[in-house]
Amino acid sequence: METNSILETIQMVSEENLDIRTITMGISLLDCIDSDGKKARQKIYNKLMTKAKDLVKVANQIQSEYGIPIVNKRISVTPISLVAAASDDKDYVAYARTMDKAAAELGVDLIGGFSALVQKGYQSGDTKLINSIPQALTETSRVCGSVNVGSTRSGINLDAVQKMGTVVKDLAKVDPVNCMSLVIFANAVEDNPFMAGAFHGVGEADCVINVGISGPGVVKNALEKVKGQPIDVVSETIKKTTFKVTRMGQFVGNIASKALGVPFGIVDLSLAPTPNEGDSVAEILEEIGLESVGAPGTTAALALLNDAVKKGGVMACEHVGGLSGAFIPVSEDAEMIRAVTAGNLNIEKLEAMTAVCSVGLDMIAIPGDTTAETISGMIADEAAIGVINNKTTAVRIIPATGKKVGDEVEFGGLFGRAPVMAVNTNSPAAFIHRGGRIPAPIHSFKN
Amino acid sequence: MKAILTVLGHDQVGIVAKVSTRLAELNVNIIDISQTLMHDNFTMMMMVTWDDATKFEVVQNSLSDLSKTTGLNIRIQREEIFDAIQKL
Repeated sequence: METNSILETIQMVSEENLDIRTITMGISLLDCIDSDGKKARQKIYNKLMTKAKDLVKVANQIQSEYGIPIVNKRISVTPISLVAAASDDKDYVAYARTMDKAAAELGVDLIGGFSALVQKGYQSGDTKLINSIPQALTETSRVCGSVNVGSTRSGINLDAVQKMGTVVKDLAKVDPVNCMSLVIFANAVEDNPFMAGAFHGVGEADCVINVGISGPGVVKNALEKVKGQPIDVVSETIKKTTFKVTRMGQFVGNIASKALGVPFGIVDLSLAPTPNEGDSVAEILEEIGLESVGAPGTTAALALLNDAVKKGGVMACEHVGGLSGAFIPVSEDAEMIRAVTAGNLNIEKLEAMTAVCSVGLDMIAIPGDTTAETISGMIADEAAIGVINNKTTAVRIIPATGKKVGDEVEFGGLFGRAPVMAVNTNSPAAFIHRGGRIPAPIHSFKN
Repeated sequence: MKAILTVLGHDQVGIVAKVSTRLAELNVNIIDISQTLMHDNFTMMMMVTWDDATKFEVVQNSLSDLSKTTGLNIRIQREEIFDAIQKL
């Protein structure tokens, strides 16, 4: 019996907040398509209730037998814009209600896939879905939506970028908190287990299990032991630590997949923070040697962290996928919140950070009077970073209706709270209103 | 089924006796044991096995009852998780 490694594992879970952030079951709804919307929704409900009936039970059992917290149980489905397109429904809110009902009855925390992929243009279902987003995400509590507006292969759909600026504003008008259920992507991935951006891609199998892990606290504690040593040691330490963290994801995914009789898809190597003390990505960056996240050097430290996480994690898993990187959501990371409140971190620096990590401007509250065009401008900038650099980027910002810089938006639980951050008020309106499509970038002459 | 049992708490008379008596009642076999005192904190680790016919939760619930009556922190986890994380 190797008591030291047993103690280390127990400490990782009990003191360093190591947990499985989510077991996400991806379910294809392509076989639920029907020209009668009502029938389609009945098929969707039936399929969700059949495929995922044991998901929560199995996850709870794994949690109790192996002593690993599994924080969320989630479902992702085929983008509803594809599933609903064959029907003559005028809007798709009813589909969101069906998803919400099934999720509630199954006891899963979130269900993603109220989504559309419009990087190159709209099919009929895409327009209806996007128009339905504000009402759908307001009337439901567990449904998450996403829209992919750009890709490295097809460029950026500026019409969609413009539209999404107004959708975000409309969603925030009812309640800013609703905005945390909507992500606007470039280069969206098909097997992401993390919300709000999860959907089940059309290239995926009928039903798969994907796992997302969370362990910033473990990495931070490991780095505390190599204070002052060269950066190579930092990188090696992160690799070794994430190997262990990711092994747990692989292990849990294997067991869940066997117990549910569903193939195991991927482990997402992301380091996902929570608002709990000691579960912060920003604290890792500070442990590497920054006085505060946001200081010059932040982007470099984050690039190293992100790369080392992948190098350590890749060997630990059979298949890696999803977003796989360090997340930097402001509201979900206690140290990020502190840095923003203290004036050490601004949106421009966050934007630079998104060029080297997963995933984008995430869970950031902005003043309520920010215009739709400005939000579109922010989306366009993020999409450009993703499209040019061949990576996934996303925007999940929260216009805090009625609030200004210095106020706060409270999300509760895992989602934390976000201080309202200043946004450059020079208008990009004329650019955004040009519409059309930014062409796909050239893949040579990289400078 | 093979599992790792860890017991943490203030040192007191009869901890090993109480835990091992309960395990014997459950027909759980102890195959390895290690114990130490860290700053007056009693720390014990046991590797245990039992017949698969007895469900994990039966053993877990019984130990959790014991945990309540003794004030000790008793944790039981299936052994595979430790191998998965620590071994290649």
